[in-house]
Amino acid sequence: MAHAEITIALAGNPNSGKTTIFNNITGTRQKVGNWPGVTVEKKEGRIKKFGYDLKIIDLPGIYSLAPFSIEEIVARDYILDECPDVVIDIIDASNLERSLYLATQLREIGRSNVLFALNMSDVAHARGYKIDSAKLSELLDVPVLETIGNKNQGVAALLQKAIEMAESEITPSKERKVRYSNDIESAIDDLVLLLAPHLNAEGLYEPRWTSVKLLENDQVVLNRLKAALPENPFAILQEKAASLREILQQRYNEDPEIVLTDERYGFIAGIMKEVFTTSPRKRIDMSRSIDKVLTNRFVGFPIFLFFIWAMFQLTFTLGAYPMDWIDAGVAGLSTLLGRALPESLLKDLLINGIIAGVGSVIVFLPNILILFFCIALFEDTGYMSRCAFLMDKIMHLIGLHGKSFIPMLMGFGCNVPAIMAARTLESEKDRLLTILITPFMSCSAKLPVYIVLAGTFFGPRAGSVIFIIYLVGILIAVVSGRLFRTTLLRGADAPFVMELPPYRVPMLKSLLIHMWDRSKMFLRKMGGIILIGSIIIWALSVFPRTFHYSRDYPAALARLEAVYAQKAADAGPGEKAVLKTERQDRRLEMQRAMRAEETANSFMGMIGRTIAPVFAPIGIDWRGGVSLLAGFVAKEIVVSTLGVLHAVDEEGSEALRQALVKSGMTPLSAFSMMIFVLLYIPCIATVVTIRRESNSFRWMFFSIGYTTLVAWIMSFIVYNGGRLLGFS
Amino acid sequence: MNHRDINATRLSKVVEGQRARIVAVGGSGALRRRILEMGMTKGTELLVEKYAPLRDPMEIIVKGFHISLRVEEASEITVEIVE
Repeated sequence: MAHAEITIALAGNPNSGKTTIFNNITGTRQKVGNWPGVTVEKKEGRIKKFGYDLKIIDLPGIYSLAPFSIEEIVARDYILDECPDVVIDIIDASNLERSLYLATQLREIGRSNVLFALNMSDVAHARGYKIDSAKLSELLDVPVLETIGNKNQGVAALLQKAIEMAESEITPSKERKVRYSNDIESAIDDLVLLLAPHLNAEGLYEPRWTSVKLLENDQVVLNRLKAALPENPFAILQEKAASLREILQQRYNEDPEIVLTDERYGFIAGIMKEVFTTSPRKRIDMSRSIDKVLTNRFVGFPIFLFFIWAMFQLTFTLGAYPMDWIDAGVAGLSTLLGRALPESLLKDLLINGIIAGVGSVIVFLPNILILFFCIALFEDTGYMSRCAFLMDKIMHLIGLHGKSFIPMLMGFGCNVPAIMAARTLESEKDRLLTILITPFMSCSAKLPVYIVLAGTFFGPRAGSVIFIIYLVGILIAVVSGRLFRTTLLRGADAPFVMELPPYRVPMLKSLLIHMWDRSKMFLRKMGGIILIGSIIIWALSVFPRTFHYSRDYPAALARLEAVYAQKAADAGPGEKAVLKTERQDRRLEMQRAMRAEETANSFMGMIGRTIAPVFAPIGIDWRGGVSLLAGFVAKEIVVSTLGVLHAVDEEGSEALRQALVKSGMTPLSAFSMMIFVLLYIPCIATVVTIRRESNSFRWMFFSIGYTTLVAWIMSFIVYNGGRLLGFS
Repeated sequence: MNHRDINATRLSKVVEGQRARIVAVGGSGALRRRILEMGMTKGTELLVEKYAPLRDPMEIIVKGFHISLRVEEASEITVEIVE
């Protein structure tokens, strides 16, 4: 046997320093994914240490093992069903009483070996707290070690102890350390007795723990029992549990689960008396003083807005430089390949399909890196929860949580990182809601479209028109938020009860790990799907290759060249330069006409004309329709496709403006098209992100359908309402 | 249990900087459970640290740590003023 594998799970409250310890143990050898079926992040790391293969699992940060939030269910199921060799509970020593609530529950499971790490013992010490860890260990019959996670102290000893526990034959003590009052204990005994004959049943948990859960009316455990036991004994057990609950309810005039929570805290109060002493030391509470400023009634919001502005600037302004470099690199690569490879379909696929497609995604990498660095900074310092604290009142009006503000704001830059930022929301409903409405925040890629359309048709009022477009987006987001809250994602709001952790100096290492995790995920998972998507779009715009051109372009080009060659020969020396540019212009013009025809006759063009009746009622012609379809790849493409179809060069140029006016577009239809661009299906990168972050194809398709439907209806109202009112 | 003591009031009515002791936690389901699990059980003392700039949510200190909760949620908690 080369190496024995030992699985160690880290449990603990949010902000207990659990992730810091995890990062210290595993470094960059982490695998970040999702727990099966849910969007709760699962972190796993493998290392070799002390001659063992250690598999470390970072469980979600939780306060309790009651099956209320997904995080709690995930953590509990893991401990119960996967049976890690050791569970290390990271206890925030400066927050002992509350931390012990989870700790006692872990102890109650009575299944795996539990080990307590009294973390941040330095902070506790600085506050004048003294904790008798030997006594704590004795009282709960669990080994207790002191650690200082952010200084990496005591972590090696912790691992050593965990290995020792995993290797020892000693099973966890059967002695019951957590005790309730007599009424409850006797109710537990009654249920344990009923469970006794079924101890060997498959999938049954420890009987005392099961009994406690039955008294708490824990649906997950009930369902488990139903599956594990024969029908009759289960019915008897269920009935007995119900009648015991009834009795307790009458005795305490309170739900039994509440009584048990109360009693656990009573039990903890007893422990606290024995192990915890505090020498009141009057010292300045730095964190509290900082918070008095950062959430101050008058300066709190201005400071908050400044931080957000700075984040936005960093992400999109600073990020623009490396973006340009990547852009240039991609362009350089395609030019290089363009020269090196012989003309062929494969070359076209490589350059215009694959490189262009993947290139359009990889340019987001700097944005993503910077944004996630900023978000990690907000989270690790503790400022993120203050953002939620400040913004909750406003966001709550839309049925959202205070933390939804950041993703929605980022949406103005780019929806991809914005939707990924929704991960900071703990409740799945809040997260979904945020993901669904974020695409209505008009992303920066849509701006070129507005600039061309508004600039052409609204002249000096273009700025105001674009501003209105942005407002419409926000309004639609608000209305949609309220709509979803009362229909699809109904249910009580997740309680806002949220800890405001003390401000801490972040560790660079964990910031970088955080940033890299997210970015890696973006690159790996997006790459594949976007690659396929771009190839499909490319194929649609290139095939079929056989159709009748309205004229013989190669011949016409040859004639053109011949004419100019003749002219050049006849011309005097002064005229040569003029002739040369003229010749180039004519040649480009002809090539553009040819490309316009090719695009118009491609599958994309055919689809565009087939669905032209769909766009007609909202004042968009088939060229607009095709551009909008192409915009699924990236919104910038809407403008360039319009350019191609109108056979003009360079987006935003005067030529395109004139062509648009000539094509019969009016200010009203331009406005209608802008509304459509604002609201319709997000780009492929965003769609893929929605799929990934909602963990479901259903929500992805819902988002596609909803946004496009809303876009059409809104454009319809704008276009036809405008016409009725006499606009054109 | 008589919540209509002269001293009893809703947590949402307690002003900044005032101490209070929890008399009862009302409400239902997840909210109530969460409040209790965070250690805000009957008899626990707390301090109202501040209200957010828009007067909602509020921040309280209980058992040495800071919790924010919405005013609406705080109104489910009956407290008596300490002092």
